[in-house]
Amino acid sequence: MLGAVLLGLLFSFFLVFAGSYFKGRLAVLSSLVPISLFVYFLTYIPDIAQGEIIYENYEWIPSFGVNLSFTLDGLALLFALMITGVGSLVFLYTSAYLKNHKYLDRFYGYLSLFMAAMLGLVLSDNLMSLFIFWELTSISSFYLIGFNNDKADSRKSALIALGITGIGGLLLLGGAVLLGDVAGTYRISEMLAMRDVISDSPHYLLILLLIFGAAFTKSAQFPFHFWLPGAMKAPTPVSTYLHSATMVKAGVYLLFRMSPVLSGGDIWHTILIAVGAITMVYSAIHIIFRTDLKGILAYSTISALGILVFLIGIGTQAALIAAAVFIVVHALYKASLFLITGIIDHETGTRDVTQLSGLRKVLMPVAIAGFIAALISGGVPPTLGFIGKDLIYESTLHYADSAILLTGLAIITKILLFYGGFVAGVKPFMGKLPEKFSKLHLPSPLMWVPPLIMTLAGIVFGVFPGLIESAFAKPIAMTQAINYEEFHLKLWHGFTTILGLSAITITAGTVLYFTIKPKHSLENFIAKFDVVAPKDLLIKLSEGFALFSRFWTNSFQTGYLRHYLSIIVGFLTLLLGYLIFSDFSLNIDVSTLADLTIYEISILIMLLLGVLYVVFTKSRLAAVAATGVVGLSFSLLFLFYSAPDLAMTQFSVDTLTVILFVLVLYKLPKYLKLSDSKLRIKHRILSISFGTLITLLILRVLNEPKNTEISEYYADYAYKLAHGKNIVNVILVDFRGIDTMIEISVLIVAALGVFGLLKLRLKTRDKK
Amino acid sequence: MRTIILKSASSYLLPVLLLFSVFILLRGHYLPGGGFVGGLVAAIAFVLDAFSNGLDKTKSVLKFHPGFLMPLGLLIAFFSGISPIIFTDMPLMTGLWAENPIPVIGYIGSALFFDLGVYLVVIGASLTIIFTISESA
Repeated sequence: MLGAVLLGLLFSFFLVFAGSYFKGRLAVLSSLVPISLFVYFLTYIPDIAQGEIIYENYEWIPSFGVNLSFTLDGLALLFALMITGVGSLVFLYTSAYLKNHKYLDRFYGYLSLFMAAMLGLVLSDNLMSLFIFWELTSISSFYLIGFNNDKADSRKSALIALGITGIGGLLLLGGAVLLGDVAGTYRISEMLAMRDVISDSPHYLLILLLIFGAAFTKSAQFPFHFWLPGAMKAPTPVSTYLHSATMVKAGVYLLFRMSPVLSGGDIWHTILIAVGAITMVYSAIHIIFRTDLKGILAYSTISALGILVFLIGIGTQAALIAAAVFIVVHALYKASLFLITGIIDHETGTRDVTQLSGLRKVLMPVAIAGFIAALISGGVPPTLGFIGKDLIYESTLHYADSAILLTGLAIITKILLFYGGFVAGVKPFMGKLPEKFSKLHLPSPLMWVPPLIMTLAGIVFGVFPGLIESAFAKPIAMTQAINYEEFHLKLWHGFTTILGLSAITITAGTVLYFTIKPKHSLENFIAKFDVVAPKDLLIKLSEGFALFSRFWTNSFQTGYLRHYLSIIVGFLTLLLGYLIFSDFSLNIDVSTLADLTIYEISILIMLLLGVLYVVFTKSRLAAVAATGVVGLSFSLLFLFYSAPDLAMTQFSVDTLTVILFVLVLYKLPKYLKLSDSKLRIKHRILSISFGTLITLLILRVLNEPKNTEISEYYADYAYKLAHGKNIVNVILVDFRGIDTMIEISVLIVAALGVFGLLKLRLKTRDKK
Repeated sequence: MRTIILKSASSYLLPVLLLFSVFILLRGHYLPGGGFVGGLVAAIAFVLDAFSNGLDKTKSVLKFHPGFLMPLGLLIAFFSGISPIIFTDMPLMTGLWAENPIPVIGYIGSALFFDLGVYLVVIGASLTIIFTISESA
């Protein structure tokens, strides 16, 4: 399974080098990647249908419990097949849709990276690796949404999408860490046994909110839904892939996956049902006000996601099965509708539904696909959509609390979705063909065959629901439902209440389709409410935040070295002052200290003279030389206290420092007094108090009991383990060698920084 | 600062100081010294040469930009660090030692190569910084 996840990553890496070969006719070959993965996952169906769960584990960072553990059960298989199946068709479609595009190879690179991330996400059994793949989907979708990066609004939508899903990623990390802490493991399959422990934990609510935050941002639930319509700026294949089968379903997947672990408390159900219901109704109503085909599809996608969250919130076995089936239904019809919209856009150059009509005369196969897709979306028998809709009604009708209200909301949503599906899938093909479109011809089969395949699959699954039942519905119900009961998916249930509700839905939807026509006036009407829409509020918030950070930066980043120094030193003084004076005790037993020798006294005098000279001299070079004296006196002190290594290093470092200072200061103008006396007094007070505090701190160290354990360890083992007699050196190159490694890397970074900064400046000066 | 005395002294001082820095590097495992100090001494040797004979002369003595010593040293240190993983099954940074001492140098082990890496990085980094600054000043 690791190979399956990595294949997409490797392919995108491969495209970096061999991309130019995949731009022309060979582009279609890229689809072999998702197709082979699709076939690979198909072979697992018999095993999964038997109720098997396949685990694979690769150690990654075992000390943190972070491993690449993959699991393949019904739920993972459903998503994996959707990702690779829809992916295959999207790959094929793209080769015609973006034919001869300058950056087609780049596009395939992003697409296969995204596919790999999605596969990793749905196959992960470890919450941490799930999080990593989750972030990867956010990042790769950023590139996909912003693919037309020469357009400003495309870049902006990509940023908004990244921002929103990025926040979700952070929340997920928080939730994962907290959950891992409570459960004692990051493995989801092990958490299943901890259901009660988790729901009794004091952190339960917080965990829920964090996980919900992640899922709601990713799956575009109210009030985070606005990034999704914006993301429609992407090329159509991207919208198809991201919004029908993958990206936005990731949040739904997370909720689905975690539901047996987290659904222990009532609050799980309450929040999910409420948010799901608001989202599905709110965005279903929005469909009426849209005239852009992609806008209609975007809002119907959000609404469908709302239905899924709502169903997972209900959480009974019937609801979970309904959700699983509806995921398939939605992927099939939404992907087809997006692809059809892409064809229309590609051929006519417009997506405005008020201008499109009669296209069936020129695009017949597309019209057939559109019609079937609308039937699936509307839940008309004998499509799978019908079964999906029935399952939804069944689960709401049998929910213990407020069944009538929930069913009512579901019906309203389904009626509006019916309307949306027909406007997007049927309306452009009906009526009279305008003159300007009469010369259109059918595009390459690579474009119109994929939607036909998907819609036909929708009918096949509808007529033979056993396929879905054994491959996905049963395995999913077995692993995700709390108490599993035997069930069967059927197209025909006999004359029941649910059949009546279905009939009402279809009739009302048809009436709505024939009475309300998409109009621009409606779209303008809804635009008036944008001021209070979550999107605008968020943009204002981020603008305010940018203003605040500008103010903050400007007040601290003045560009004056003295300002930085006084802030750093002042802050340290406050911190140290608090630390020392909150618990101050100085009792040094002078009698235990060694006597001062004449050598030490002379070095001290030298030190003091050096320091005083630095402070009072008027010449920079003399000040530098005096700091050199201070440094050399220190190395003498080190020598007296038998630290020859330290003394040597201090000596050489000091020499080089003085040379550096001289080099820098040599060319500066004469010494000038730039600061006024007030500032100088302020700086003096700061320096003196900082110096005093450091002195006190060092004296405090003498009070602490001596801990010789570490130095004894090194003394004992330096020769035994590391064959060295110089302990300092052994520590540097052996015991703490990795530290040294990092230190020399830092040194290199510093040198490169100096080199880069100064050479860059030299070059610009040379130009003048 | 181009006095005759310094100039004639430096032509002898450069090789002597470089030799001394290698000496400090090699004795580090048993006596005071090591790669860091050794590298600093070597850097000082070149800086001294640059002061007396001019930067261009020193650069021509060096033949290549001292910056190249940094990645070279880092690579040597890195490979000596991972050599226990490559050659044996021991964890990262385990010291590997030759059975018998080599005349003059003494016992040879992976730690010595690590120190050699540090030595080269220190020379490279300090010379890069000082040369760049003195060129731009």
